[in-house]
Amino acid sequence: MHSKVKGDALKLEAVQKNRIDVKFEELRAKGEGALIGYLTLGDPNIEDSKKLVRALAKHVDILELGIPFSDPIADGPTIQGAIDRALKAGMNTDIAFEIVKELKLDIPLIFMTYYNIVLQYGEERFIKRCRDVGIDGVIIVDLPIEEAQNLLDICARYNVHFIFLIAPTTREDRLFKILSRARGFIYLISLLGVTGAREKLQEETIEKTKWALNYVKIPLAVGFGISKKEHVKAVIKAGASGVVVGSAFVKIVEKNLGNIEKAIKEIENLAKELKEGTKVK
Amino acid sequence: MAVKGRFGRFGGLYIPEVLMPAVEELAEAYERYKDDEEFKRELDYYLKHYVGRPTPLTFCKNLSKDLGFKVYLKREDLAHTGAHKINNTIAQALLAKKMGKKRIIAETGAGQHGVATATAARALNLKCEIYMGAKDIERQKMNVFRMKLLGAKVNPVYSGTQTLKDAINEALRDWITNVRTTHYLLGSVLGPHPYPTMIRDFQSIIGRETKEQILKAEGRLPTAIVACVGGGSNAIGIFYPFIEDTEVELIGVEAGGKGIESDKHAARFASGREGVLHGTYTFVLQDRYGQIKGTHSIAAGLDYPAVGPEHAFLREIGRAKYYYATDEEAVEAFKILSEKEGIIPALESAHALAWALNNADKFDKNDVVIINLSGRGDKDLEIVAKFLEKNE
Repeated sequence: MHSKVKGDALKLEAVQKNRIDVKFEELRAKGEGALIGYLTLGDPNIEDSKKLVRALAKHVDILELGIPFSDPIADGPTIQGAIDRALKAGMNTDIAFEIVKELKLDIPLIFMTYYNIVLQYGEERFIKRCRDVGIDGVIIVDLPIEEAQNLLDICARYNVHFIFLIAPTTREDRLFKILSRARGFIYLISLLGVTGAREKLQEETIEKTKWALNYVKIPLAVGFGISKKEHVKAVIKAGASGVVVGSAFVKIVEKNLGNIEKAIKEIENLAKELKEGTKVK
Repeated sequence: MAVKGRFGRFGGLYIPEVLMPAVEELAEAYERYKDDEEFKRELDYYLKHYVGRPTPLTFCKNLSKDLGFKVYLKREDLAHTGAHKINNTIAQALLAKKMGKKRIIAETGAGQHGVATATAARALNLKCEIYMGAKDIERQKMNVFRMKLLGAKVNPVYSGTQTLKDAINEALRDWITNVRTTHYLLGSVLGPHPYPTMIRDFQSIIGRETKEQILKAEGRLPTAIVACVGGGSNAIGIFYPFIEDTEVELIGVEAGGKGIESDKHAARFASGREGVLHGTYTFVLQDRYGQIKGTHSIAAGLDYPAVGPEHAFLREIGRAKYYYATDEEAVEAFKILSEKEGIIPALESAHALAWALNNADKFDKNDVVIINLSGRGDKDLEIVAKFLEKNE
């Protein structure tokens, strides 16, 4: 159905396309998957966080930046730790926008946060500022489509993609509802659980990737529990357009508190290695 | 009143995608069973023969004489496990069983909901795990022991403020991971739809009994009903059957802690703003960026930064009014009820009593005031003793 409407909607799509879409197109042309890296903004403190973000941006295709929320129900201990450190360091929503503005990164950027953060900033004010500083998409972990109508309209107006999450438990009827409003890519949570690096790639991850590909006709990125090159390879081989890696990077920050240079080096090395895993097509 | 879990603009459903099917499944199951004759019969059986309902409505002879109006207590302290919490846990555990769930999880602050959940799990042969903030475990050792004795696994929560809100976070994380086999037995009228509606319905038995009992005792409806409000399940339970009876004043009492100016309290209506926490849109204590604030109350059961969304709605339409009582006032009320009537109230319920004591001049001899005595005070003896020691 997607390709049928494509011709008519070409003009509209050209306007609505943003850096996320362009990036996936470029990568597809090269036969690569996208490596989407995550860091919590303000972790371990505001100045070091800027250095880490700048370093990671050099080696990933898309960067997902977390604005910390005090009660992150979908996050495991690693990202909870990062959020605690960031909040203790005085991180807030205004500083998040300032960091992004200052760093002028030339890859697609996504903010990831919880709904109360957006709500208290003001939905329209938040999304408008996203556009102004060069944020291309938002992921709001606890805002299901049923409650997202207002924000979806605002996002469309400012050409900021509202990135939807789908889960192994998502039913078909909801999936269709979500796909009808999806932009940029679909983020597949590939297993039941909270965020966190896992030693072994779960069998369910590959199964669920294949399941999702039956429905999702825009790029599909797979996240949760992906931390190693062979995980990335397997997921991209299964047909995903990208992988999201978060806790594995945050763990490096946690392990090297007080030694930011070492953290930067390890993060760059891991990102480079994972990026190699995306070149399997 | 509620359209898809909304009470006016409050309520709703703000949860991660993973949990959507689980709450939909729960909403469907609740719709299906709430009017199911067999379910109702089973629930009635447990409420009567296991919980000990109906609980009495006690006239306070001495207190009434002192205050100059008629004071009644709805005696939820006499329900099995010592608080109103069991009305909800038995009902939800029964529902979980109907849904084919083998395991239930719950959060607890003071331990009352944890104990009531562990108890219901025993009665209905379900596996049970309780999440409890490490600080609360320290404060409520006896309840931890009770839960363990009842066969529940108690998981300490070390994240965040190590209190009730963090216990809910951790329970939600467990639910996200084990959603296929597990029912999350939430303890108050909070969280995503259908919890606030469902739990209100399960607790409404308090108000239905109260209405019958007061009509029998006084031949009239009360002037006012006063209840403490943490999440607000005991309050909504006693309010709800009276909502249409607009001549009955409904009064909720939040935890004023060490006073509003101290910033150490849990009075969401007094200084909170609208926001979203744990799946629902309501009044929340938070900073300007939406970070949730820590709370304080001597009553662990009121020590939570958000209030049930239906209370936010009742307040907005003016049907119920909300005030707060401080730690000190609650302890004073705790002492007075013990001395005057031989009834030791939970510190939570003592907040409701404190409001009535401090506002006695609003009522005259023809007035009838019912206070919901949501729980008994045995669990609080050590805390009160310490408080009095420090303040004397």
